[in-house]
Amino acid sequence: MSTVMADTIPASLAGKRIAITGSTGFVGTALVERLLRCVPDCDLVLLVRDGRRTPATRRTQREILKNDAFDRLRATHGDNFDRAVASRIQTVAGDVTRDGLGLNEADRALWGTADTIIHSAAAVSFDSPMDSAVEINLLGPTRLADLANEIRVTPHLVAVSTCYVAGNRRGSAPEILVSAGPFDVGIDWRSEVTATRRLRSDTDALSRTPDQLKIFRKGARAEIGAAGAPALAAKTEDLRQKWVKSELIKAGRARAASVGWPDAYAFTKALGEQALTDVKGDVPVSIVRPSIIESALAEPKPGWIRGFRMAEPVIISFAKGLLKEFPGVPEGTVDVIPVDIVVAAIIAVAAAGPDDAPAITQVASGSVNPLKYRQMVDNVTDWFTRNPLYDQKGQPIVVPEWRFPGRGRVQKQLMQARTALGTADRVLQALPLRGKQAELSAQLEEKRIEVETALEYVELYGLYTECEAIYQVDNLMAIWDGLGEQDRAGFNIDPRSVDWDHYVNNIHLPSIIKHARVKTTPGPSRSTDRMGRMRKQVLDPKRHVAAFDLENTLISSNVVESFSWLATRRLDTPERIRYVARTIVEAPGLLRLDRQDRTDFLRHFYRRYEHAPMEQIETDAQEMLTQLILTKSFPAGLRRVREHRALGHRTILITGALDFAVAGLRPMFDEIVAAQMTVRPDGTLSGEMHSVPPTGEARAQILTDYCEAEGLDISNSVAYADSSSDLPLFEAVGFPVAVNPETRLATIARKRGWLVEHWSKSAGAPKPLLPIGELMTERERRRKFA
Amino acid sequence: MPRPGFVLDVDRSTPPTLFWRGEGFSLERLPADRSRIIYPPEPLAGLDNLDGHIRDALLNPLDMDPLPELLKPDMKLTICFDDASLSLPKMQQPDNRQRIVEAVLDMAAEAGVDDVHIIAALGLHRRMHEYELRHVLGDRIVDAFLPKGFLYQHDAEDPDNITEIGHTDEGEVLEINKRAAESDLVVYANINQVAMDGGWKSLTTGLASYRCLSEHHNPASLQNTRSLMDRHHSALHKSIWRMGELLRDSGPTVFQVETTINTEAFPSPFEFLAKREWEWTARDRGLFLASSKSLNKLPNRTKRKLFHKIEAPYRTTSVQAGFTATVHERTLENVYQQHLVEVDGQTDILTMGIPFISPYNPESIMNPILVMCMGLGYLFNMYRGKPLVKEGGVVIMTHPTYEEFHPVHHPSYIDFFDEVLADTNDPAVMSTKWEKKYAEDEWYRHLYRTSYAYHGVHPFYAWYWGAHGQQHAGKVIIVGGYAATVRKLGFTPASTMNDALEIASDTVGRSPTISHLHVPGVLVADVK
Repeated sequence: MSTVMADTIPASLAGKRIAITGSTGFVGTALVERLLRCVPDCDLVLLVRDGRRTPATRRTQREILKNDAFDRLRATHGDNFDRAVASRIQTVAGDVTRDGLGLNEADRALWGTADTIIHSAAAVSFDSPMDSAVEINLLGPTRLADLANEIRVTPHLVAVSTCYVAGNRRGSAPEILVSAGPFDVGIDWRSEVTATRRLRSDTDALSRTPDQLKIFRKGARAEIGAAGAPALAAKTEDLRQKWVKSELIKAGRARAASVGWPDAYAFTKALGEQALTDVKGDVPVSIVRPSIIESALAEPKPGWIRGFRMAEPVIISFAKGLLKEFPGVPEGTVDVIPVDIVVAAIIAVAAAGPDDAPAITQVASGSVNPLKYRQMVDNVTDWFTRNPLYDQKGQPIVVPEWRFPGRGRVQKQLMQARTALGTADRVLQALPLRGKQAELSAQLEEKRIEVETALEYVELYGLYTECEAIYQVDNLMAIWDGLGEQDRAGFNIDPRSVDWDHYVNNIHLPSIIKHARVKTTPGPSRSTDRMGRMRKQVLDPKRHVAAFDLENTLISSNVVESFSWLATRRLDTPERIRYVARTIVEAPGLLRLDRQDRTDFLRHFYRRYEHAPMEQIETDAQEMLTQLILTKSFPAGLRRVREHRALGHRTILITGALDFAVAGLRPMFDEIVAAQMTVRPDGTLSGEMHSVPPTGEARAQILTDYCEAEGLDISNSVAYADSSSDLPLFEAVGFPVAVNPETRLATIARKRGWLVEHWSKSAGAPKPLLPIGELMTERERRRKFA
Repeated sequence: MPRPGFVLDVDRSTPPTLFWRGEGFSLERLPADRSRIIYPPEPLAGLDNLDGHIRDALLNPLDMDPLPELLKPDMKLTICFDDASLSLPKMQQPDNRQRIVEAVLDMAAEAGVDDVHIIAALGLHRRMHEYELRHVLGDRIVDAFLPKGFLYQHDAEDPDNITEIGHTDEGEVLEINKRAAESDLVVYANINQVAMDGGWKSLTTGLASYRCLSEHHNPASLQNTRSLMDRHHSALHKSIWRMGELLRDSGPTVFQVETTINTEAFPSPFEFLAKREWEWTARDRGLFLASSKSLNKLPNRTKRKLFHKIEAPYRTTSVQAGFTATVHERTLENVYQQHLVEVDGQTDILTMGIPFISPYNPESIMNPILVMCMGLGYLFNMYRGKPLVKEGGVVIMTHPTYEEFHPVHHPSYIDFFDEVLADTNDPAVMSTKWEKKYAEDEWYRHLYRTSYAYHGVHPFYAWYWGAHGQQHAGKVIIVGGYAATVRKLGFTPASTMNDALEIASDTVGRSPTISHLHVPGVLVADVK
């Protein structure tokens, strides 16, 4: 083999056209960078999927070339970077899950001119749904080979796989196909594909049964409450799709486990190698199998990493004190390999060419320079003891002592925590909390999600840390031996060169801490800064409209109180007592109705205004502004409305309250959309609504229509409301603000990073015991209402 | 014979002295041998047969024809009266204004005058609630005039009902209520509780517009008002008197009726508040203990309710009517007779207890801005000649200074506190940077006109009221106040009087001289 390497790697690849899949990924990005920087005379064709909004070429710019991996190259080229890169890279839009890669004619022709194809596209997540793992990992490589055969070319296909195709096993795992080894269970990849596709349609069908749909509907209602039919429908469909996905994930894991692989990823990769071997025809294939790829040792810079990968979430959860224990065998080996060694190995294999490259090259450290589990854990513990993360209050988090428990025990602990948090969460959700207390519950929910994530890590990655297979790297070492001095310096592929203590302490941990955006400095959290920044955005003169809900957003009152006030305004004491007693009796029924459907409640409740003389109501409503609305108002809220106005934003009040009840707020708003009641010819109210009271999704529609009619941009608008039923409104605007949110909304706002305002009544405001009209002296009453 | 005011030099045998602390009070011991307590004169005797005196004043006015001679059947008569900011606390019924208005109405009826309007001269204060109108004018007048719309409240923001009278020699604009301006005769019914009130100020502020008021309600003139209780050394009053002369020359005929009241502000069981502490009987001591202890246990809301219920058993000490300027000179003599206390020289420190009430929170909350206004505006200005405290000295007030606001009465105060005070507490800066925004705010305007809110600009005026005191004092300390709020006002919080004196020593040294203004009881220190 050493004869081949008489040429240096750059010389062997000079003048070659290299096509790459998966270039937006971790390995792919590093590969593109390395080729551009260290192999000056090759040119690249990148297969990139069109994004939902961004075309492939833009994705290349944004997701690959903007990455900090290219900093070094940028520094060398300076202003010429873009030009230099453009002359060497061509992007074709395509997708490995489609036959013929979904290429158009021109791109297909271009693709056909490639001398080498490096296939690094993969569904690397260990919890991919079975169907997408099959489409990408299993069938992806075969599509590349099929296409080459179809257009009758024979490029050198270098397929990136994984060491873990060897499955759950102890002892030495050599660089051979699984089917060639002693543990092959003889699975036919074609029938696996058929079975998975059937599973996909079966699961989908199952998700559409009435019973299942009922469950999704219930779940949607619990999550977003009475947000109106369209929002509920969207949420229900979302839950259904998520359910299908999670079923397929479960199915994948179960299927993989049943035939001896840790998960669907390794399983489908193993079948993918087999399938490629079966269909490759004349296309020469080399397979490169890295183990767990982690941050770069030296190239393009020490610690470079892209995305949040396998070990990182685990390490961060541990440092956060979330993961008290993590399963693993102290004397076991964690087979980690820095990304630059993997990339160099792939390039070396490509440079060796179809004739000389080994059929399979494993890139792993376990057999030649093992990192022991205890060694890694000790390093991590020491490091976080020296450089602790900080909690919200700014106190350092003490990392727990790792006791190497079995997986079962850790899982049990986490499961208990999850159950406890889940119960607490349900209890809090059921309570009528608002504002700060509601946020507490949102925090709890966050904690629960964290525990759930940790549980998933344990389930998924536990197997890997317990894995005791030792991956042989004979072929890799042979390539290394054949490299000349120059290549050895430029393309380090030797796993023995890693000093693990140094790597973990000085390269890997600092890098992932930086990427994880965790709190590494003492002092209180900066979330107040964030709220301040968001407030500034909301109050930017560029905004167009500010829409406000009324109840619990600007005033702590509701339609029942307004009605009570108006209804009792002219009553004497005994009549008042009777009124109050009656209302108390009816209250539970009203509450129930309100929870079910706001619109129905309002229609039902507003019937009570029937026969009320409009003129009298209007006069009384004026007084109500003072006695009820202002007394119960949130001064900061009223100020905010006016701040928007002063900035030239349109202010609009959208409320289910009746128009005459909110007439007093008129001067603050450009537009008031309120419920309207028809008036009979005799001047009394009919008790019937003009149109649907603006609640739930109707509010989003109203605002959308308003913006359209006025030529304003709704995505540049702000909405203030207090309840999850306003979700459609929140989603319609660009700047949602949750005011004194109830539990559900607090949770949603926290998750989505919305601005949350806590507005309260003025301290010292009069506190009437009941929301009823002020009792007047007999003389006043007679004078007023005679 | 009531005893005159008195300056007590504190020695070791002096009992602790009374300090208001908002809706409560405390006894504080002031350092012996260098403190003095200034007690107001005891209440003067009131007039018997007050209605007779009023009638007499109307029939024998100063520098004007008797009222009946001014009344003609086809004339436009407008009667104006002071709003709820007077008196403090409100006086027991019947109120002097009721007595005056009834007497005027009787004469008008006799003369066959049909076109009579009664206007509450609010200025930029909040509108009065109906029960307040009833308290001030009595049911008879309210029932007769209110439903027909002949009794109403001045609206400084109604452009259709404001008339420009002209400009003074100094270019100040005077514009007042249109109905009053177009009347053949305006009768003004006043209560002159302190020397600041009355005279031309009654009409030219009570019926004026924001534009007109801002001519003298501004930092420059209030910093040169030395003091508010001494109109001859007050830039504010000088401006108002210029407007008065303009009104005399170019406006409607004004028939001013002024009454002065004594200082009997607190009915049983609170009479002990006005007594000199060493004269407290066992009963007074018991009442003090019982009331201060029980008040401490009550929520602010309840305490306020209790205190604002108080109706003062004031007695009227004089009535004079006729030409405004002449009437007011007579009034001032009578006011000073009740209030003046001769005091010898200034001290390093001035201490004062801030009560639950000020002119701007009847039936409402003494919010932090009003604490400043009451302390540095009103109480600091209770002097003639020189301030009680030396320039650069320390003013110590006692008040809980809670961050509480009345959302109906003081909406713009809330925003002023959150927005303006967060930016500056310099009257000059806030007047150029913020005043216009608040004064012209549509929402405040709406609330002032239709609800019961002070005008949007009012917190600025309350703040300017203290401008002279703020400029004069080297440091202001509030004892027992909520620290964050006190700091926001630009003052220093202290938890006890001793701490306050300790803090003051940075400014005035270790053994400063101290004056304590004994409130209640109103006094004007005539500092020689």
